[in-house]
Amino acid sequence: MGDTKKDYRNPAYYANREMSWILFNHRVLSEARDKNIPLFERLKFLSITASNLDEFFMIRIAALKDMVNAGYTKTDIAGLTAGEQLKELNARIHEMVELQYSTYNRSLIPLLESHGLHVIKKHEQLSKADGAFIDSYFEDNVYPVLTPMAVDSSRPFPLIRNKSLNLGALVTKKEGEGELEFATVQVPSVLPRVVELPSEPGNRRIILLEEIIERNIHKLFLNYDIICVHPFRIMRNADLTIDEDEAADLLKEIEKQIKKRQWGEAIRLEVEAGIDKRLLKFLREELSIHQESIYTIDGPLDLTFLMKMYGLEGFEDLKTPVHVPQPVPELPAGTDIFEAVRKGDILLHHPYQTFTPVVEFIRQAAKDENVLAIKQTLYRVSGNSPIISALAQAAENGKQVSVLVELKARFDEENNIVWARMLEKAGCHVIYGLVGLKTHSKITLVVRREEDGIRRYVHLGTGNYNDATAKLYTDIGLFTCSDAIGEDATAVFNMLSGYSEPLHWNRLALAPLWLKDRFLYLIDRERRNAAEGREAHIIAKMNSLCDPDVIAALYEAGSAGVKIELIIRGICCLKVGIPGVSENITVRSIVGNFLEHSRIFYFENGGCPEVYCSSADWMPRNLERRVEILFPVEQEELKAKLLHILQSQLRDTVKAHLLTKDGTYEKVDRRGKESYHSQEAFCLEAAELAEECKEEENRRVFIPERHHE
Amino acid sequence: MVRTFAAIDVGSYELAMKIFTFSGKNKMQEVDHIRHRLDLGTETYSSGKLSCEKVEELCRILNEYAGIMRSYKVDAYKAYGTSAIREMENRDIVLEQIAQRTGIEIDVISNSEQRYLDYKSVALRGTEFDKILEKGTLFVDVGGGSIQLSLFDKGTLTTTQNLRLGVLRLAERLHHINARPSKLKKVLSEINDAQLSVYKKIYLKDREIQNIILVDDYLSRWMEAQKGNIGNAGYVTKDGYGAFMDYLSSRSEAEIGVGLGISEENVRLLFISAVLVQCILKMTEAETIWIPGVTLCDGIAYEYAQEQKMVISEHDFEKDILDCALNISKRYMGSRKRAATLESLTMKIFDVTKKLHGLGKRERLYLRLAAILHDCGKYISMVSLGECSYQIIMATEIIGLSHMEREMIANIVRFNHEEFLYFEELSRSSSLDKQAYLTVAKLTAILRIANGLDRSHKQKFKDVKAVLKETELVLTVDTGEDITLEKGLFEDRATFFEEVFNVKPVIRQKRNL
Repeated sequence: MGDTKKDYRNPAYYANREMSWILFNHRVLSEARDKNIPLFERLKFLSITASNLDEFFMIRIAALKDMVNAGYTKTDIAGLTAGEQLKELNARIHEMVELQYSTYNRSLIPLLESHGLHVIKKHEQLSKADGAFIDSYFEDNVYPVLTPMAVDSSRPFPLIRNKSLNLGALVTKKEGEGELEFATVQVPSVLPRVVELPSEPGNRRIILLEEIIERNIHKLFLNYDIICVHPFRIMRNADLTIDEDEAADLLKEIEKQIKKRQWGEAIRLEVEAGIDKRLLKFLREELSIHQESIYTIDGPLDLTFLMKMYGLEGFEDLKTPVHVPQPVPELPAGTDIFEAVRKGDILLHHPYQTFTPVVEFIRQAAKDENVLAIKQTLYRVSGNSPIISALAQAAENGKQVSVLVELKARFDEENNIVWARMLEKAGCHVIYGLVGLKTHSKITLVVRREEDGIRRYVHLGTGNYNDATAKLYTDIGLFTCSDAIGEDATAVFNMLSGYSEPLHWNRLALAPLWLKDRFLYLIDRERRNAAEGREAHIIAKMNSLCDPDVIAALYEAGSAGVKIELIIRGICCLKVGIPGVSENITVRSIVGNFLEHSRIFYFENGGCPEVYCSSADWMPRNLERRVEILFPVEQEELKAKLLHILQSQLRDTVKAHLLTKDGTYEKVDRRGKESYHSQEAFCLEAAELAEECKEEENRRVFIPERHHE
Repeated sequence: MVRTFAAIDVGSYELAMKIFTFSGKNKMQEVDHIRHRLDLGTETYSSGKLSCEKVEELCRILNEYAGIMRSYKVDAYKAYGTSAIREMENRDIVLEQIAQRTGIEIDVISNSEQRYLDYKSVALRGTEFDKILEKGTLFVDVGGGSIQLSLFDKGTLTTTQNLRLGVLRLAERLHHINARPSKLKKVLSEINDAQLSVYKKIYLKDREIQNIILVDDYLSRWMEAQKGNIGNAGYVTKDGYGAFMDYLSSRSEAEIGVGLGISEENVRLLFISAVLVQCILKMTEAETIWIPGVTLCDGIAYEYAQEQKMVISEHDFEKDILDCALNISKRYMGSRKRAATLESLTMKIFDVTKKLHGLGKRERLYLRLAAILHDCGKYISMVSLGECSYQIIMATEIIGLSHMEREMIANIVRFNHEEFLYFEELSRSSSLDKQAYLTVAKLTAILRIANGLDRSHKQKFKDVKAVLKETELVLTVDTGEDITLEKGLFEDRATFFEEVFNVKPVIRQKRNL
């Protein structure tokens, strides 16, 4: 055997994370191409692939470019340098974009057409009457917010904002000598991109905003002749890297960074197919962008407008009916949450079950006269968050409210700063993140003074305290008032407030200090059990797996005979089916209507199974550079619920893709199996559960009020 | 009703606060434990003062603690400063500053009080503690500057000694020696063994020690981490400890840090602590170590709970103190018989004169201790008995007594033999306040007449009856022996009593023929 541990680190056993991400986006794209899915849902999936790709460019491609620029030569987990990765990715992304637009042009547009929705591609196709409508729409709504800019010797090339859609034009002075000048105007993001023309039912027509502006562009450059007009869009390096030790005031630094983000190096230029060669050359030179970073698009740029199209009224038969999150039987509307939690731990499964009790928990705490303190970590918060207002209310009611607002939540900084300031004004104690670490854990602690002492109520979750995303993301939440977890929760907030770590932890494991070791220990325990001939089994569900230490441990455990079933929605750097290494490991990905987001971990533990939930993926950034929490779910019936969730997903035959030996994903082979759609099944189960309780409520006899002391 | 209490420990290297709730008798719950690293010790130990920055930080954290106390709506708090505060020259000025700025008043406690609180918090574990004490036990309290070794023999506390082998002090010394890591253990053992062998020779002798009770900051943490992994929570056998030492010796500091979940700088201190305990283990040949994992904050809370009568202790702390005094007396060859006579005489008089002195249970204990220790100085000089007794008592730690209490007892013993010093004169050389001074005067008066009754040291007054009349304290002796000596000298002894209480003690002899 020899030094087998080293073998598991062989780069050949690992997949590159960016390539794995590309495969993930392809899985989303395959949903857009799936004929069994309602048409408008397919639009949505296509839109998601586009916004995913935008983010991928801004963060990952940008980071790789930074590495190349900095002359960084270290290889990744799969043994590739940044340059090699970029080269490979470039080809893959071009392929993907082509597939996106062929899906759009060849499948979706004709289908929309056949369902009575006509997308007018070019303003030249407008009838006279429609043209008049559009022109007056332009004059009334669009013209006032446009800022046309021309470039000549006295006016430099203007700043083109990151991710914005623009029209570029070549113009000549009417009185001039025919010299070509560049002019540009941003397609305003404040206006709807999709404009519907007056139409009869059964034959609705829409046109995109850029076409409307293009048609009227001569009104913007009155002294010029327009030679050509084409939309273009650029993407810039936006990875936010702040040297936290140097930032005296983290908050100000981030505010500065947001403004600076617009100025990053251009890393992608999207132009319409058929763009005037002179215009393209001009853009290329001004933006100093390489040929391979230019994407010629056969169709409208920035497909995220499809999300807006999804929102068009009507066409309900082409959409999946909206799922209404179901009431939680243990926590019907109007219950005293503290009382309910005292009866036993409560598990919530979002979005099948409603997120309302979590908001209600904080609302009740804010009003309850016995509550002394509320402490919470906030990562991404929705606009107009009811949680924020409840926290503010609590502070005004004299509770001690401590909130850790993570400003480093990607792309959400602006949003978070506003809420943080508001909370501070209300009298909350706000901690603006920790130096060098992102606080990704989701934990709320309510300290309540009760008859027999102080009792702590804790909510732990796998998803953010965001009532909007809680309707779309699948997540697990746990309410408990167990002393052991309460003590740990207090310790978590003491640490987040800058005090020393506790002398010991009862139940929780925290990143970046303890969590990775904990996971490695749990995996290794299965390995030892397998080696000693006991039953050994791991089921782990997460968003991404790319931590080399964890993967090596999984390989080692798998080779020792542990059955390992992974449910990983996104990136997975682990390879399956490598002889002698990962033959006992399966990986499946579920991409469905809801975004799979919960992290659940099952360990057989020699017949005494342990089940955990966490805010962390098995990624180095989660385990080493973030504050994350792993919490056990200990009540038997709740453990059974979690196991049921995992098993249902392992059974899924509709939305599951299996990772194959050659590194690709394939839909589950359904031959001989019944069709099972886990997300739909969860919807039904939640509804049934809620229904049962309602019946019970109806059956209820009157309960007379008894004499109170 | 629930009461919430905050205990603050302004330690040399850490500022800790624990929040407790008390609900009903003996129901005590730790709700929060907040710690902030703050090195006050290095500055005060070297320069005797605290820099402005340190005071600033101390105030900032105390203000935060005050905020946390408010959020828990605590009913009371107690803040104790230990050696770093104690050794500050301008202590009172700084403490006043802190009080003004944070509203938190820090009381300074002596080493023996601090040790007593540690001891108390372990002792209040109740039956578990008493069970361990059935066998010979060494209570080891490892601090930053020194360690305290308290020896229990057959359930009684025989002696307590302070050795300057504190973890931080050792770390400091090692730093000067600059030993290589591989030599570290050997050098440490040599330093420790030098002092421990003296301790063994004088105090331990041939006593058989079965158990060690350990209170410290570092090994306790390791113990907590082990919870659940080893059968009996808090207990390690000699072999188990040996295995732990092997583990520590065979790994790098970084590895140990990861393994035990502690920071690397603490690994060094853990190591020093571990070697120290190993040396003690070797010296005593004990079989079991009990690490109950208590902190000073626990002791502070227990003290508060006792004051509030919210915790009923099964352990008799007064007995520990008396045992300790008896052992001191024994060491200096005091007469047990005479001490017992004096004890019973003083107690009788104390009890019947309650109306006169208005003193309570604690003062009664002082008097008993003074009676036990009344003649310890004669070991050194029979002529300056008073002065020598005073010095011995002042130099011997008695766990459970504060520094001031010890000084009071030392003075009572001294004035039993020497001329009484009035407040103005006394306060020149003593830190006793007026209240304490008055207590000393009253108890001295009682001890003096009791002493007078047993002038001949023949215990003629064994069965004395004391009755308080309006202006007289009548002491009736039921003895057939001649008491001329006592009667003759009594006058002189009684004048001080009369001066203090304005009641004249008189002797009546009743002959039961």
